[in-house]
Parts: sequence; structure tokens; C-alpha cells
Amino acid sequence: MSRSLTPLNQSTSPGKPATVTARPPAPALTAPSLDYAYDGSFEGLLTVLFTIYDRKAAPNSIQPEGAVQGGLFVQPLLVETHEATATRVWEGLLRHMTAEARTRLFHAFLSEQPDRELVIFRYADLAMRSAQDIADNYADDNVRRVAHLAQQMGREKHRMEAFVRFEKTADELFHATIEPDFDVLPLIAPHFTKRYADQRWLIYDRRRHYGLYYDLHRTDIVQFEPDTAAPRRSTSVSATVLDEREPLFKVLWQTYFDHVNIPERKNIKLHRRHIPLRYWKYLSEKQPRETRFEPIKNKRPPQADNLRLG
Amino acid sequence: MNERIQEKLSILADAAKYDVSCSSSGGKRKNENKGLGNAEGMGICHSFTEDGRCVSLLKILLTNYCIFDCAYCVSRRSNDVKRAAFTVDEVVDLTMNFYRRNYIEGLFLSSGIFKDSDYTMERLVRIIKKLRTEHKFNGYIHVKTIPGASPELIAEAGLYADRLSVNIELPSELSLTTLAPEKNYQEILTPMGQIRDGITQNKEEKALFKKVPSFATAGQSTQLIVGASAENDHQIIKLTDSLYKGYGLKRVYYSGYIPVTDDARLPQVTQPPVIREHRLYQTDWLMRFYGFEADEILDPEHPFLDLEIDPKLAWALRNRHVFPVDINTADYEMILRIPGVGARSAKRIVAARRFSPLSLDHLHKFGVVLKRAKYFITCKGQALETRDYDEQSIRRQILFGSGSVRSALVTQQLDLFAQAS
Repeated sequence: MSRSLTPLNQSTSPGKPATVTARPPAPALTAPSLDYAYDGSFEGLLTVLFTIYDRKAAPNSIQPEGAVQGGLFVQPLLVETHEATATRVWEGLLRHMTAEARTRLFHAFLSEQPDRELVIFRYADLAMRSAQDIADNYADDNVRRVAHLAQQMGREKHRMEAFVRFEKTADELFHATIEPDFDVLPLIAPHFTKRYADQRWLIYDRRRHYGLYYDLHRTDIVQFEPDTAAPRRSTSVSATVLDEREPLFKVLWQTYFDHVNIPERKNIKLHRRHIPLRYWKYLSEKQPRETRFEPIKNKRPPQADNLRLG
Repeated sequence: MNERIQEKLSILADAAKYDVSCSSSGGKRKNENKGLGNAEGMGICHSFTEDGRCVSLLKILLTNYCIFDCAYCVSRRSNDVKRAAFTVDEVVDLTMNFYRRNYIEGLFLSSGIFKDSDYTMERLVRIIKKLRTEHKFNGYIHVKTIPGASPELIAEAGLYADRLSVNIELPSELSLTTLAPEKNYQEILTPMGQIRDGITQNKEEKALFKKVPSFATAGQSTQLIVGASAENDHQIIKLTDSLYKGYGLKRVYYSGYIPVTDDARLPQVTQPPVIREHRLYQTDWLMRFYGFEADEILDPEHPFLDLEIDPKLAWALRNRHVFPVDINTADYEMILRIPGVGARSAKRIVAARRFSPLSLDHLHKFGVVLKRAKYFITCKGQALETRDYDEQSIRRQILFGSGSVRSALVTQQLDLFAQAS
């Protein structure tokens, strides 16, 4: 399966707003419905969308090749990915929706939800058959589902922008490992590229075995064999390959984290809601301390006993 | 050396933590010089402490030595505390290295006053100037201006900082002069006015000329300590209102008073007033995003916020004559005022009803809290609650009725009140 940072590896140009002129009516899907299979890439799914209208056969299911389930006798139609067709479909979508809505479809795809293909098909189909832009029609289940998936993706993107922790190696690479719930690397690439323009960095998605690498000029996708050459989580990088000041900054960060806390306001429930447990693994401030936290003993709040007197 | 810096960091982070602001949003600083960092747009909380607060910035004091003796402050002159001071280079090094590892969005720099105001302020400016010019740092910088610092230094700070703030701390001049004898309102409001004018002027110049250096593009904010002095909530929100309107502040923060010193002038409490603080924030949001005026929420006869229910519900219960609101026909402004309807659901309601009339089921799916909303709305002309409840019974139903989930925080603190009385 090919991965790309943007749909169809296009440069992220500002999309044109949807135009209402010359909308070809969507053909009625009159042929018997089919089960579709594709190679799992976004381009592949776009090619499937084309095939659906070409054959006028609505999908029973659309599934990545290999993952195809269903009845014993299901013979899925394997659609071969066709780059030019995918591009045509992608551009054609703009006749029926805004660029933002189209981007939401790409985000829904990255959510890796099992029904994502059908959700995307239904949304596109509804958009083609509606006289007005459907993006705000929250009363429609499918529209709301796309909005919800996009929102979940947005949340995970934001979390990864927050929870990446780089470690500096002796050869001045800043590397981090993550295991996001969804495939968010394509979404966070622009953020990190803009922000860390003067340092080489690598963010590795351990669950999906690929990463983003920035070499001071551009950010690219790098593939890794599952758990072999890949950088592991912080504790398994041998101390010798780290920059000599790396352990110091980790300790200083932990020290800072411990001391900005206000114990009188302790609220673990809220804490866990903000940083769910599953993210702790790669957060340096959530790792065990080398030396135990000592609060600064410099204040004398009134004792509870004294209060009872009044 | 390493242990020394660790000790300094622990002391100076500990002393800075009572400043509650940790926002890093609203900046417009882009990484255009291939340097480090980018501070445009949304803020990011990189972590959360066990008290549930956001950690976005490296929030430290340059020093906790201080010539002032403000009663509420842990770093006051007469407090017997460990003292420390960073050098300019130490702060720069920490900021750069924390930022490079994606620990933080930037720096929140404040300080105790050593020698005099200008001497201290000059050090703060030197740090942020070095970060911006020598290290090409484009992360977010929030600087707390030092009371009594000269206008020239504040103007210079505004060139390098994204946000400037002056803390009012006590919500009335009387309390301030009692608890912080070296401070006065004039010394706080003058720099606040200067920053406001600087921001306005900068915006006007930017509209005219391309190359104008930015001045505090993320605006200014302030903090009020709640519960250290006797002001009621009405006084506090009136002050807040005048700060938003008169000084164009981006944010007013409320810091529930936590006892940090023994002082007979201060109330003896063991728990910070977290619920009161929470209700004040809700009110703050109602004023900034929901179109409420301060006087609609509280008045001299009702000077305190209801701790049990949120201020929007409290307002709705006092103003039942404007309800029920029909969700298919009412204006956005009115939809926003329905208890249980947030800004997002209000927007969805207004957008979606253009396609088809909405039903109850839709509202639920949009995220409306029907438990609260149902007493105040009609849907296609139908009321959801046919029984005619009075104010008190609605209140009881919402608080204790079936499906009521009170935040653990509220329950815990209300229990404490119950014990105390």
C-alpha cells in the first residue's frame, strides 16, 4: 500500500470553492450491487468510486484487499488503482462540495474505521444528488458521521502535536516514537515542518511502521520493516547514541513538571481525561523518576486543626 | 552545575505556578527566518499536571528575591523561603532546549523585584531579546510586566513578546492597598493602558505599512485572586467586564486563593475555592461568547454566583418569561441562551434546520444536554415537558432527578461546605 502526505501527492493548494454550475447529474445505480475490493490506498478508493458510477452498480461493501470478509460466496470485484482516474474523481468532487468538505473525506479515510469506505461513498453520493451543499446538514446521519470522524481525527492530530517528545541523538537528530489511534502522520507533517525548521527530526509511528523525516529541507515519508531497523521507544535507545545533555533535559523537564503542579488542587480524574493512560508510554514526564520528588518546603499553610477552633 | 540548575528550576517553577495563565494561543508569529518555532494560531497544551491544569509554557520566575511584601504572595519579602535566581543564559538555554524537544509552546517569564522595577524589567527584556534575535526563536513568549517599570522598557518588551500582562491580583483598590501596601491601582492600570494603546497603534500601522514590527499580537491578560479578599462575585465580574471593554484584554484569569503564608489579614482556609473559580470562568465565557452582560448574570441583590448550578441555568430560571424557545424558529442569539446548549450545538441547530425541521432526536445527536434544555424549549411547537414546573422544582429535578450527574468536584466541595456549616 502506498502512503502519501497529501491525497494524490498533490501540493496543498487552496481549493476552489464548490461551483454550482454545470453539475452533471449522478447516474442512477441501476445494475445489481457489488462487493468491491481495492489496494487500501486513498487513490484506490477514489478509483472504486469511479467504477461504481461507471458500472452503475452500488456497493454492498468496499474493503481493502485481503481484509475482505462477508459471506462464504462473496466474490468481490477487485478494482485496480488508476492514478489518472483517481485524480479525476478527486477534482470532480469539488463540483459538489467545498475544498474543506473534501478534505474531511480524506481525514475520514485516515481514521481507519472499518466502515470508512462506505461512509465516504454515501457522503459523495448524497452530495452529488443534492441541489445544495450538504456540509451543514447535521440532521443527516452520514453527514454527521463524516463530521464526527473529522473531529476525532482533529483531536488525535492535536494530541500528537502536543504529545510528541523528541530525544536528541549524538548526531543531532531529534527523534520521537508515537502510537496514535489513527493514521495522523500526514496531518501533523506541516505543523512539525514549520515549527522545527532548523533541526533534523524523525517521528516514527510504531503501530503503522512508517515515519516522517525532515532533513532541514523537506519532510518525507520513510518506511520501516516492522520493529527491526526502527527506532524504539525512548528507554530502548541505548544511552550511548544520545546527545550527552539529553538525560539532563529529561530530568529538568520532569523536575519542572513536578513543581508546576499545585497539590492542593489535585484532580486526577481531570488529569486523566486530558492525558488518557494510553499516551503515557512515550511521555517523558510520565516515566519513573531517578530521584524522588521533594516538594519545596517553604510555606506554612494554616493547619486544619486551628480551623476547628473558630 | 547540573544539580544547581535543577534546584533553581524547582524553586523558580514552584514560585511561578500560582500564575494561572498558560495560554499560548492567538499569536501571529510565523517561522519565516528558518529559525526555531512557530507561534501562529491555536495554542497547545503539551502536558497536564495532576491538578488537571494545562502545561503549555515554561512558566518560571527569573528570581523569587523580592523587595515587595504582598500578603498573598509566596515570594513576599518577609516569607522564609528558599531563594534563587537564573542568569539570562540559563533561561535562554532552558527555553531553547525544552522547545526543541516539543515539551513547550514557549516561555512565560515573570519575576520578583530585585533592586528596583526597571533593573528587573531590563533583565526580562534582555532574555527575550536574546531569544528572538540571537537564537531566532519564534515560539510563544508571555512576559509579565514588573509593576513600576518604565514605559520605554514595556514598549521594548512588546516588540519581542507575543503577550504582555499586568496582574491586578486583588479585585478592589481597598484590598490591594491593605494586602499589598507597595502596590496601587494606578501603577497597574497605567501600563495596562499603555499596552492597550500600543496594540491599537500597532494594528493601525500594520494596516498602512507592510514592515512594521509586531507589538504583543496575542494581546494582554490579567489575573484576579479569588477568595483572598472580601469582594463578591458581582464586583468581580463588573471589574472583568470593564477590563474587557475598557482595556481590550484578551483574557482575565481567576486564581482561587491558596494559602501560602500566615497572615492575619488573610482568610484562614484549607481548600482553594475551586467551584467558585469555575463558576466565574463560566460567567466569563457567557460574557465573551454567549452575548451576556454582567448585569444580567448578577446584580447587587444577588451578588454571588450559585455554586450548585451553572450561571446560564441560573439566569434561565430567573427569566422564565423568555422561554420556551422554539429551536426551529428562534434566533441564534436566543438558542445560545438555552441551558444545555453550547456554542457548537447552537451553530449546528441553526445550520441544520435550513435543510429540514429538527426533532428532539436531532438535538440529542448534536450534543445538546436535554436534561437541562428540556424545560426551556419547544420543538415543532411541542413542549417537551408538559408539566408546569416552578423554578425550584426544575432546579431540584436537574440537580437530583434521574440521570443527574454532578461533577465529582462539585459534590466533593459541597460536602465540605456541608461539614463546615
